Amino acid sequence: MATKLPLTDAVVVGLGWAGAIIANELVDAGLKVVGIERGPWRDTAKDFNIASVTDELRYAQRQELMLRTAQNTITMRNTPSQTALPMRKWGSFHPGNGTGGAGNHWAGITFRFQPEEFRLRSHLEERYGADAIPDELSLQDWGTDWDEMEPFYDAFEKVAGTSGRAGQLKSGQQPGGNPFEGARSSDYPTPPLKQPYSPTLFADTAREMGYSPFPVPSSLVSEAYTNPLGVTMGPCTFCGFCTNYGCANYSKASAITTVLPALIRKENFEARTHCEVLEVTTDSDGRRATGIIYVDSAGRRWEQPAEIVVVAAFTFENVRLMLTSNIGQAYDPATRQGTTGRNYAYQTANNVQLFFDDKNFNPFIGAGAVGMGIDDFNNDNFDHAGLGFFGGGSTRVTPIGAAPINARPTPPGTPRWGSNWKRATVDNYKSTMSIGCEASNYSSPNNYLSLDPTYRDRLGRPLLRITFDFTQNDLRMAQYVTDKTAEIARRMNPRQIVANPRTGPWDGRPYQSSHVVGGFVMGADPSNSSVNKHLQVWGVPNLFVVGASAFPQNPGYNPTGTVGALAFKAAYGIVNRYLRNPGEMMS
Amino acid sequence: MKKRDEPAASGGLTRRELLGSSAALLVGAAAPGAAQALTFQGTPEWKPLANVAVEPVDESAGWQFFTEEEAATVEAIVERLIPADDLSISGKEAGCAIFIDRQLAGAYGGFERLYMHGPFQDGTPEQGDQSPLTPGQRYRIGLAALDDHCRREHDARFAELEADRRDQILSQLEQEQIQLDDIDSQLFFELVLTNTMEGFFADPLYGGNRDMVSWKMLGFPGARYDYRDYIERHNEDLEFTPVSIGGRSDWQAQG
Ligand SMILES: Cc1cc2nc3c(=O)[nH]c(=O)nc-3n(C[C@H](O)[C@H](O)[C@H](O)COP(=O)(O)OP(=O)(O)OC[C@H]3O[C@@H](n4cnc5c(N)ncnc54)[C@H](O)[C@@H]3O)c2cc1C
Ligand code: SF4
Repeated sequence: MATKLPLTDAVVVGLGWAGAIIANELVDAGLKVVGIERGPWRDTAKDFNIASVTDELRYAQRQELMLRTAQNTITMRNTPSQTALPMRKWGSFHPGNGTGGAGNHWAGITFRFQPEEFRLRSHLEERYGADAIPDELSLQDWGTDWDEMEPFYDAFEKVAGTSGRAGQLKSGQQPGGNPFEGARSSDYPTPPLKQPYSPTLFADTAREMGYSPFPVPSSLVSEAYTNPLGVTMGPCTFCGFCTNYGCANYSKASAITTVLPALIRKENFEARTHCEVLEVTTDSDGRRATGIIYVDSAGRRWEQPAEIVVVAAFTFENVRLMLTSNIGQAYDPATRQGTTGRNYAYQTANNVQLFFDDKNFNPFIGAGAVGMGIDDFNNDNFDHAGLGFFGGGSTRVTPIGAAPINARPTPPGTPRWGSNWKRATVDNYKSTMSIGCEASNYSSPNNYLSLDPTYRDRLGRPLLRITFDFTQNDLRMAQYVTDKTAEIARRMNPRQIVANPRTGPWDGRPYQSSHVVGGFVMGADPSNSSVNKHLQVWGVPNLFVVGASAFPQNPGYNPTGTVGALAFKAAYGIVNRYLRNPGEMMS
Repeated sequence: MKKRDEPAASGGLTRRELLGSSAALLVGAAAPGAAQALTFQGTPEWKPLANVAVEPVDESAGWQFFTEEEAATVEAIVERLIPADDLSISGKEAGCAIFIDRQLAGAYGGFERLYMHGPFQDGTPEQGDQSPLTPGQRYRIGLAALDDHCRREHDARFAELEADRRDQILSQLEQEQIQLDDIDSQLFFELVLTNTMEGFFADPLYGGNRDMVSWKMLGFPGARYDYRDYIERHNEDLEFTPVSIGGRSDWQAQG
């Protein structure tokens, strides 16, 4: 039995990027907000220190900042006919835990999705014909558009201090930025980062070939920056212990470096850590969320009633909580009915390695999001007529550092131990670079999330089950964009090129990206979406589910710029519409 | 965190009732299982560095997990996976066996942080490691099975064999040409290889990269944190001397 606590105005589940942003906006609107976080309270000063954060064994190998699978994991299979088995050690993705969420150990690449993305199905049908989209794909529109999204992207970048160079301002195209981006109301808050050698070499070659290289937009700030909440960050020092690590410099934007230091000081906010939410409670007819139930670290259960419930617990837990709380109808791939769990998608990660004899890249100088990219082969920036696929990827060189337990590139065929292994490891360590192509992943009826029938977490609750494989569309796309990337690589004239297009089946072992999206998607139609464009759950108007779970499919971009924008958008809807007139905001 | 004895913000309950025990006031206990539910409000307080320290491995402390016999076998393995040559000392000399021993004696050895609930069943390769065996068990069973195999085939323990013979057996394990008793030979070999490389390339703090030998070999500068003055010096040998979390031996020598 759960002990009932006094009513609060709003409860927010999860204090990563999305939850912290919404909680802060609601507190500023005068609401009393309780934030509930399953992991610890994290602070730069207490958790990340220059003297000890450079520890590859602890953070990359033993995954110190990630959710422990002993607490919660997922099960996986490639097709509905297989038996899903648990991911016992994180491989393909690295979910976060504690305040800041995955934002503590993310890389920081901060793209905005392009205007066409928000009406992808309509856009492709208009450009390629009403029958052009194959049955294999369940692409759909987002129910919102660029004009509605742009101010919230702007708000997120200003909180994060995002560094970069505008390519398209509302006033016109700018030199040196990304020509394919949607028109921006303002430039990036901080200028682009300095560039190491490998991105510079890539950008020079890409420019010679007629492409349009630009500095990868990055929420690692390039100079001291004070955000609109009054929180100050310091410049990134390219330490190279970034992706999978916390930042000791207050340079990498995360909820703990940009939002929570201000929010926790506000009187109407309270954070409860090491408290895991188990369920969203609803009234007897399921039309209203009444609060949440959580368990604390001593195993006691508490009921926190609230007028408004916001779930911002990352894609996996957003969907699992909706399934265990019976919110919406679970998706069934056989009938294609139901929306909870529908349109789960991932990212199609490709890369090309370049082995040189005559170059020294000093690969240990790096950061999660320093680099140069091109978007000439991304999304619908090139003509897909006759290609047999849709989508594309963001092609870029972003050296993240080269801590050597993991960063030891050698050409295929090199022995894995012994003297010859050692020689090849030394010979290639400084002179190898790679070009990545982070490509789209388009949703498909057989890719979905559901509750596992067998495997349970430590509390006896079903694990979330992923059924996923790459579609033929995405495999063809992967080959195409990797070929294009390899052309650039060849022009750079290395001794050897190794192209690694993503091939199926989806493999849970090697890290690919933590960009897991969908499962509780937004849209204009309750028959194929779970939330409306205000992230408000259809039929349960005081419940908001926020995060990449709302993406109906995934473009060739990293998600968090859009996650942040959606968090601001949801908060805006609650404050400016819902509070004035509580109820369904779409009717 | 404002320490407050008045009722929690949500009224009714006192802070202590909500949290259960006064131990909850200790912020940031890092050990698994020691985590406590905490309520935060107001200006955060912290013990600086509360979560940053890792205890350096005491290399002279004797084997913590391995028996003498097991340790000899592991040393005989890591000495071949990373042989001594003109590039570096061997994995044995660098301390890789000590590294593995200490890892197995800690949380990693029991996979304490991992999901280890059944049913355990074999899946597709893409579904990853589904063995119910912890790393500690994998070594215990695997090392014994390897010695059994060597006694049967070569009349000696693994550690007593010539280097060439050991290389041959390790290759056969890698390529699954030897089946060990009671454990999948590849499961065993891959774990040993992974742990050996972890030890050799990790911070010396953990016992397996003596005097930063692997970092010197590669030209990896280690625990440095500021390259702003170097990032635009392209294609240049920057000639950094590495530094570890614990500093550098020549610093200590100067007292
Ligand atoms: C290694 C890595 C690199 C990445 N790089 C990039 C990048 O370069 N660019 C990019 O755009 N994105 C990147 N990402 C993705 C990015 O981290 C996420 O998109 C972002 O953190 C999502 O924010 P969120 O608030 O939705 O979720 P999270 O940051 O995960 O926050 C969710 C919070 O909810 C808490 N929670 C979950 N369940 C419960 C529960 N039941 N009860 C209470 N609390 C709960 C979690 O502990 C967590 O703190 C990366 C991710 C990783 C792991
Ligand atoms: S690379 Fe920059 S942002 Fe990343 S952890 Fe290092 S200093 Fe922080």
